[in-house]
Amino acid sequence: MNIPEGLTYTRSHEWLRFADRRVYVGITDHAQDSLGDIVYVDLPETNVEVSLGDEIATIESVKAAEPIFAPLSGTIVEVNNDLVETPEKINEDPYATHIFVMEFSDENEKKTLLDHLGYAKAIEENGD
Amino acid sequence: MRVSLKTGLFSCYSTAEGVKIVDYAGWALPMRFSGGIVAEHRAVRSTVGLFDVSHMGRIAVEGSGSTRFVDWLTTNTLPDERRARYSFLCAEDGGCVDDVLVYRFGEESYELVVNAVNRGEVMLRLVECRRILFNEDDRPAVIDRTTESCQIAVQGPRAAEVVSSVCSTDVTTLRNYEVATDVRAAAGRIVISRTGYTGEDGYELFSPLPSGPRLWNGLVAEGRRYGVEPCGLGARDSLRFEAGLPLYGHELDRCTNPVEASLARFVDFTKGEFCGRKALLAAASGGARRKRIGLELVDRGVPRSGDAVYRRGRECGVVTSGGKCHTVGIFAAMAFVPTEGEDEGFEIAVREKLKAARLRSLPFYRRRRE
Repeated sequence: MNIPEGLTYTRSHEWLRFADRRVYVGITDHAQDSLGDIVYVDLPETNVEVSLGDEIATIESVKAAEPIFAPLSGTIVEVNNDLVETPEKINEDPYATHIFVMEFSDENEKKTLLDHLGYAKAIEENGD
Repeated sequence: MRVSLKTGLFSCYSTAEGVKIVDYAGWALPMRFSGGIVAEHRAVRSTVGLFDVSHMGRIAVEGSGSTRFVDWLTTNTLPDERRARYSFLCAEDGGCVDDVLVYRFGEESYELVVNAVNRGEVMLRLVECRRILFNEDDRPAVIDRTTESCQIAVQGPRAAEVVSSVCSTDVTTLRNYEVATDVRAAAGRIVISRTGYTGEDGYELFSPLPSGPRLWNGLVAEGRRYGVEPCGLGARDSLRFEAGLPLYGHELDRCTNPVEASLARFVDFTKGEFCGRKALLAAASGGARRKRIGLELVDRGVPRSGDAVYRRGRECGVVTSGGKCHTVGIFAAMAFVPTEGEDEGFEIAVREKLKAARLRSLPFYRRRRE
């Protein structure tokens, strides 16, 4: 399973790429593999304030629907509109395909995130 | 802890890279191979796909009285010898016990191919009905042959080429629903029918259990030059859904009769008495309160089995199967709605949000016939 070193992760299989106060968020290789062929993404609304753990989006595959949770508190500023027509890009290249971009509000919350080793361990421990 | 049954072909593909095995009706079967459901679906529509369908129940009914027995048990006209026909096993109230393919090998020799999930129920029904209809010393044999055999579906525009490449006889001349027995293939003898569940041209191959793996491997090897892809349950479901075909447990169940499921053309009211005839005739004569329709989503979303269907603002029905049609490119649903009332102003409650939908005639996909 591919888990790139330069990214940060959540236990719910999201990856994060920080660019100052903005953060790009997508789902991991592990998540897209479990889901199977993605056919639809219910994107979050922009300019909306969210709290860490809020359910803000849904990814639907042929067989299942999985929620996406806000990895940090803040504001959703952008969504990846490519996913309206070609949601399968997430399967093809999960780490190059962000789902949304947010500005986070609380530096301290970063402590809840995992590095690539922590995420690898979390998958292993959960037998996911 | 319950352990899944394995088909005779399981070892042929269980260690394939990226295969995902699931339990389906008590059998360990591939949901998908490494390419994924959509790629497999597209392979069947464009070239050819290979399916292990050995989990289907194969029940022989043979000997004196078989014809009378099968004719009474099923709703459709019996097939002629060396033909198969789609039919239903219904109860007296017209409710569907199973949808089946009736194969006829001889004057008094039949095989019912039934859904895996209903195999036990169908066997019980056959044995019980036989007890009522026949004396013990003069009755047809009813034998569950499922675990003695394998069944492989080869489906797609290039299916004829692939199947011919492993058979010693020319199968391209086999007509739709025709059955060839005692065909020599990959060092064994098999039965072939021109049947399938995908909406494409195709064949189903029946072999004794021991020669199944050699047949499967032969199809994979010979089929490579035609682009054959092994396919799993996920693609099997998305293909049949796009082709508007019913799946027992969704469009059909014990409380649904074939007339309501918009499948009355597989009920032969001219053939004399059969189980459920009276109830089905009443349904067909204007008594059916529900009907099955196709819907296309206008708003974006993925309809799923169980979603409520609204017509002009009032909840009136339910989605039986839903999802993306990977060839046609729409999000669609099959649903039950009342027969009375106008078919307009449809909405489907998708993940608790109402999404507009419009009537779309079934099937969603129809293959081009040359």
